[in-house]
Amino acid sequence: MAAARARAPRRLPALLLACCSLAAALAPQDQVEQFFKSGHTNNWAVLVCTSRFWFNYRHVANTLSVYRSVKRLGIPDSHIVLMLADDMACNSRNPKPATVFSHKNMELNVYGDDVEVDYRSYEVTVENFLRVLTGRIPPSTPRSKRLLSDDKSNILIYMTGHGGNGFLKFQDSEEITNVELADAFEQMWQKRRYNELLFIIDTCQGASMYERFYSPNIMALASSQVGEDSLSHQPDLGIGVHLMDRYTFYVLEFLEEINPASQTNMNDLFRVCPKSLCVSTPGHRTDLFQRDPQNVLITDFFGSVRKVEITTETISLDPNLVILESGTPKDEITTEALKYAEQLPVAQIIHQKPKQKDWHPPGGFILGLWALIIMVFFKTYGIKHMKHIF
Amino acid sequence: MAADEAEKARGKRAALCFAAIAVLLGLPLWWKTTETYRASLPDAQIARLDALAFQLTVPVAVVFAKGSLPAAQQRRLPFAEMREEETPLNLRTSVTARYETAYRSATAQEEAALALGTVQEADAALLPLQDGLLGSLTVYIVPEASSLLPQGVSVYIGKHRSAVVRGPPAAGDVLTAVNAQVRHIAQTMSFTPDSIAAALSDRVPLDKLGLDTRRPFKSSLGYEITFSLLNPDPKSHDVRWDIEAAVRGYVQPFLDKLSFVANFTVDSQILYYAMLGVTPRFDKDSSSFLLSAHSLPHVINPVEARLGSSAASLFPVLNFLLYVPERAHSPLYIQDRDGALVKTNAFHSPRWGGIMVYNVKHPAADEAPLPLRVDVDMVQVMEVFLAQLRLLFGISRAPLPREFLVENPGNTGLAAWELDCLLWARTVENVATVSTTLTSLAELLDKIGNIVIKDDVASEVYRAVAAVQQALGELAAGRLGAAFQASKEAVTSSERAFFDPSLLHLLYFPDDQKFAIYIPLFLPMAVPLLLSLAKMLREAGRRGKEPAKAD
Repeated sequence: MAAARARAPRRLPALLLACCSLAAALAPQDQVEQFFKSGHTNNWAVLVCTSRFWFNYRHVANTLSVYRSVKRLGIPDSHIVLMLADDMACNSRNPKPATVFSHKNMELNVYGDDVEVDYRSYEVTVENFLRVLTGRIPPSTPRSKRLLSDDKSNILIYMTGHGGNGFLKFQDSEEITNVELADAFEQMWQKRRYNELLFIIDTCQGASMYERFYSPNIMALASSQVGEDSLSHQPDLGIGVHLMDRYTFYVLEFLEEINPASQTNMNDLFRVCPKSLCVSTPGHRTDLFQRDPQNVLITDFFGSVRKVEITTETISLDPNLVILESGTPKDEITTEALKYAEQLPVAQIIHQKPKQKDWHPPGGFILGLWALIIMVFFKTYGIKHMKHIF
Repeated sequence: MAADEAEKARGKRAALCFAAIAVLLGLPLWWKTTETYRASLPDAQIARLDALAFQLTVPVAVVFAKGSLPAAQQRRLPFAEMREEETPLNLRTSVTARYETAYRSATAQEEAALALGTVQEADAALLPLQDGLLGSLTVYIVPEASSLLPQGVSVYIGKHRSAVVRGPPAAGDVLTAVNAQVRHIAQTMSFTPDSIAAALSDRVPLDKLGLDTRRPFKSSLGYEITFSLLNPDPKSHDVRWDIEAAVRGYVQPFLDKLSFVANFTVDSQILYYAMLGVTPRFDKDSSSFLLSAHSLPHVINPVEARLGSSAASLFPVLNFLLYVPERAHSPLYIQDRDGALVKTNAFHSPRWGGIMVYNVKHPAADEAPLPLRVDVDMVQVMEVFLAQLRLLFGISRAPLPREFLVENPGNTGLAAWELDCLLWARTVENVATVSTTLTSLAELLDKIGNIVIKDDVASEVYRAVAAVQQALGELAAGRLGAAFQASKEAVTSSERAFFDPSLLHLLYFPDDQKFAIYIPLFLPMAVPLLLSLAKMLREAGRRGKEPAKAD
């Protein structure tokens, strides 16, 4: 009895020690797993401003502030598709040309000098936007206008403009509905064009735009609920228009505190701009997202923190084998004299003979004119003259 | 009265005729003219593609040298047998690996080759005696006492598609003893269930997000490889690298071997004043600068904007950067997670490329004229870059037991059987991609009724279906080269069909908008018809009741 009792306390610290060592062994393993938890290898951003006209200055400023933050956190221009529906910086009504300010008193110029706008002015249409998302782009489109994401890309989609219940207005002439957007995302999912998608929308009744999503791995944020209007932040009396929308203003302030190494997660982003500051109620949707928002870093979408591995192995190359081969190719390089190709066949143009035009029967206008003249003639002079003509 | 009756009867007949024409002629005409044009697609075949049952056949030839088999079993040669191993991955996908093994004894020439001094010479001599078909394997069994294999080595895997195995003692059942080894070798040199499951990671979600599945690039028709030299301090270092000769001598042979897999374009550039995004720490003990492992992810981003990838082609780009640190930060070493210095001084990022830090030896005298001319040792650099290139393509070697000796692939950097492993994985991946693309296209066309399918899209779909069925057939027959070719064609056609610009669906019309368009057109025509029909029915009902009342 005494022996059994004596054995028990000796077993307990051994058990505790075993647990501790196991936990210690798991901790670095956990860190490695944490490091790779999101499963993506590259980041893309699609930033869309859909309004034109000078008084919608704030929508362009919204998009450019998100663009600036995303670039600062590491996503390069080659991975950003920026669509601005109108040019505010060089608008003739801009008192400070080549600038777009986001804070009053012209504190922060978000236009900068390295902005790369991919779709500008009238190119920002619903059709082009859907083509960018689904990848059904005509073959002549340059690389900077394409979304070349793959199945391990995290994509940030930010849209701003004027919207309503279930639609978003493009260019004051057409709309994109929430059903089309949901279908576009489904087509992206079917072709595995994204790993995870963050959709942010700053318009009136923005929450209606993410109601219809049904593809997995999408997280959505909106600046206002259905029935609410998203309000603008502050006007600048020097420029004469409102500079930013409230929701994006506070999101920008939040993002300014993020650096590429920060560990802030999505729950903090959900709390940005409460009703007291924003007047509208921001909403979010996470039911389609597989991971817990607590574990999703802001830099998973807004930045581009690459996963790296140390290279531990090398191949052994034998330089002697190569020297023998590299001798011969040098002789083959014969440079031929370069000259300009014939740009304009000048001789042909100068000595051109006039082209033989094919005869076409007279068109509708000429026929109508003659019919009118003949009718008037016979009305005035009587029908009996008809037999002399025909 | 009679005239009135006749008039009413004529009116009724007229109303009935109008109604008949509207319903029998008008409705079908309206329906036909407002439906979207859809060329026919092979829906049944696409539905059948949804469930993929791969049959991967590997032709293996087992050659017994003289003295490796006891006489009793020697008489059984030559014979062939087939072994199947099925791995059901999920409800819709299963993989059956078939090893068609042909056992025979060695010919005189093979005996002569196996009698050579070293196993490397034997391997080279045996090469012309094999058929060298993609995907096939030859295993030579030498007697236990043979001196061909070095001590302690029981299996030698050569540069091409053959292996030499030291057989068990010639007494007893050699055949069954050899079978297990042959199976292990065949799996190493062609595919394992794990590698196939990794290739099918889209269809079969893997529980663990392993590094090996995310590192390699997905199968694509072409790749662009860019070599960049980053010189942040041109005042101190005048760096020259003979990249053209290095590419010609080391990279091009590797890419030539892979030319069957995809098209490659190689370019190079030199970037000046390109800094790393991270400031390295100075370490007093080694008097060198160190980059710790957790700061490495932030190194790539500031540089990436200057790499010019927006001018690159549409294919995936692999970037290999060689960084020559500034004089003030030399020498610069990379520290791994445990704090040890990394031997290669390089790191790579999955699906992006690799970076190597090249330290320049500065002469002791500080008065050496600046800028210091540096000729980069391309062999050292290319050893690392080629290793990274192999990893990024997914050519990694699974750990093998110690008795296995794997031959160094030499300057081409790629053994023939490693190419086969890549082809098996790529073919399976391509077929799975095509199946997913076509089934999702069919699903999308069902779900979104507004998409028009033109004839050329339909013909691409037919071509893709035919090619994928051919690929599956060739895989089952064991012809890896033809199977890969067919799978590549299938992927090209199916991608072209899926991403055709004309498949953008017509803008969505919600139901209330549809009503708003059709009601002003149809209602004015329908109301008089319906009212007159209703009146006719009422009168017919009243007349039917009257005769009953009269009696």
